[in-house]
Amino acid sequence: MEDFYKEYILDHYRNPRNFGHLERADAAAEDLNPLCGDKIRFELEIEDGRVKDVRFSGKGCAISQASASMLSESIKGEKLEDVVRMSREAVLENVGIGISPARMKCALLGLKVLKSAALGEIAGWPD
Amino acid sequence: MIATLGSDARARALAKDFPILAQATSRGKRLAFLDSAASSQKPQAVIDSLVHYYTHDNANIHRGVYELAARATEHFEAARAKVAHFINAAEPAEIIWTRNVTEAINLVSYSWGLGNLKPGDAILTSQLEHHSNLVPWQLLAAKTGAELRFIEVDEHGIHQLDDLDERLRGVKLVALSHVSNTLGTIAPLETIIPKAHAAGAVVLIDGAQSAPHMKIDVRALDADFFGVSGHKMCGPTGIGFLYGKRALLEAMPPFLTGGDMIKRVQFTTTTFNEIPWKFEAGTSNIADAIALGAAVDYLEAVGMDWIHAHEQAMTAYALERMRELEPLGLTLYGPPNPADRSGIVSFNLGDAHPHDVASILDTEGVCIRAGHHCTMPLMEKMGWTATARASFYLYNVEEDVEQLIAALRKAAQIFKLG
Ligand SMILES: Cc1ncc(COP(=O)(O)O)c(C=O)c1O
Repeated sequence: MEDFYKEYILDHYRNPRNFGHLERADAAAEDLNPLCGDKIRFELEIEDGRVKDVRFSGKGCAISQASASMLSESIKGEKLEDVVRMSREAVLENVGIGISPARMKCALLGLKVLKSAALGEIAGWPD
Repeated sequence: MIATLGSDARARALAKDFPILAQATSRGKRLAFLDSAASSQKPQAVIDSLVHYYTHDNANIHRGVYELAARATEHFEAARAKVAHFINAAEPAEIIWTRNVTEAINLVSYSWGLGNLKPGDAILTSQLEHHSNLVPWQLLAAKTGAELRFIEVDEHGIHQLDDLDERLRGVKLVALSHVSNTLGTIAPLETIIPKAHAAGAVVLIDGAQSAPHMKIDVRALDADFFGVSGHKMCGPTGIGFLYGKRALLEAMPPFLTGGDMIKRVQFTTTTFNEIPWKFEAGTSNIADAIALGAAVDYLEAVGMDWIHAHEQAMTAYALERMRELEPLGLTLYGPPNPADRSGIVSFNLGDAHPHDVASILDTEGVCIRAGHHCTMPLMEKMGWTATARASFYLYNVEEDVEQLIAALRKAAQIFKLG
């Protein structure tokens, strides 16, 4: 926990990848973290059942924004059905720093919203 | 530069009454508890009261004829009298036990509001309110057709009263927090309440952030209703109270119904009990009410005026020390003059999100709150996503501020600010 905030987390926080909006989104979803009001929106362009392009937007803490940013990088070209099945462990591994229970929703909000977009309905908290 | 606090030695001694504060964190850091606005810590006397009750006095009240039940009833009603004295109510019957201030406000909303508001009437509150003193009024307005109006606040969170007379037109209920839990603003009740009464309105005060920290005199204020949560004033969770003027309470129908709140029940009709019991359906939170009485004893022994003065000194000192961090991007919110605020300091540190700041402070043993503080409309008005908040109580000492400053410097370093 001492190196709680690694360099790359701050980099993703201050320079989020795939941040903004798509001109034409085939799927989109947004949600709030009820604890803190942090908000994330994911937009997907889908072709042949795969993620062709992605954008995310929103406001929040370094953990939620970096997690969403890294997630957006990791799903380009992936099959939608794989995105829907993505595990919480995969995201936490990607984030790569210890996440305390109090901050778990921050780290997982991006995945919840992404899955909601891919499913076309509100997804539960990833477990 | 170091402004030595005259009250620090006493606060240091009082902190010893709170066993939880003696512990170190799992990282071996001294605990600097700066989140009493969310819930205060409990002195040994309050913990002892709970243990004593369950060890010696436990029985249901108002029912049994045996000695234990009589003793439990006596202590329960004695606690009500203590609370009445604490806020200078005219009589204990004007104190209704609730779980917390949220329930106290809902009681008024349902019991008084539904019967007294109609289309064309208005409810006046402010832009500073905790969701607990806003959502019930939104629902009441929707149910009765009354209009919900707001006293605006400026960028420091100070009430703007220039057009108060106009805003009070047609108002039947004014519902205001005494002290803002987000910015610490002390509401100018001595100006607002007489005008509200002159306009024919009833006044409810949310005392969640004032009763724990300053002397309350509901009769001098001339509040019609005053709600408090015990857990923010050294008492246990699950107990709070509503003060209401006798005439108002007597005219109101019951809120929850069932046992204990009745005088006589026949198959199809019921005669309700007198106040305050008319509003206390079912078995009350006996042990916690008695322990809240112990908390009141504790606070009165310390002295509410001393507590207020100590917190204002702590706040002035903290503000002065935090201003040293302005070059690192620290922004302070709330009334600039420490005399206009209570022991609550909201701030942000550069572009670091308050949750991240709170997490870093946590690794240094410093407990603060981060988020919207249940005041989302205020956040939106101010254009803040969230703020970090440090709050002080009678047991906080200079060292807590030192630890806060050092931890904020560490957070600034991690976020490469300044
Ligand atoms: C001003 C104010 N009102 C209402 C509440 C709600 O208190 P409780 O949750 O104890 O009902 C709080 C607590 O955060 C508060 O600070």
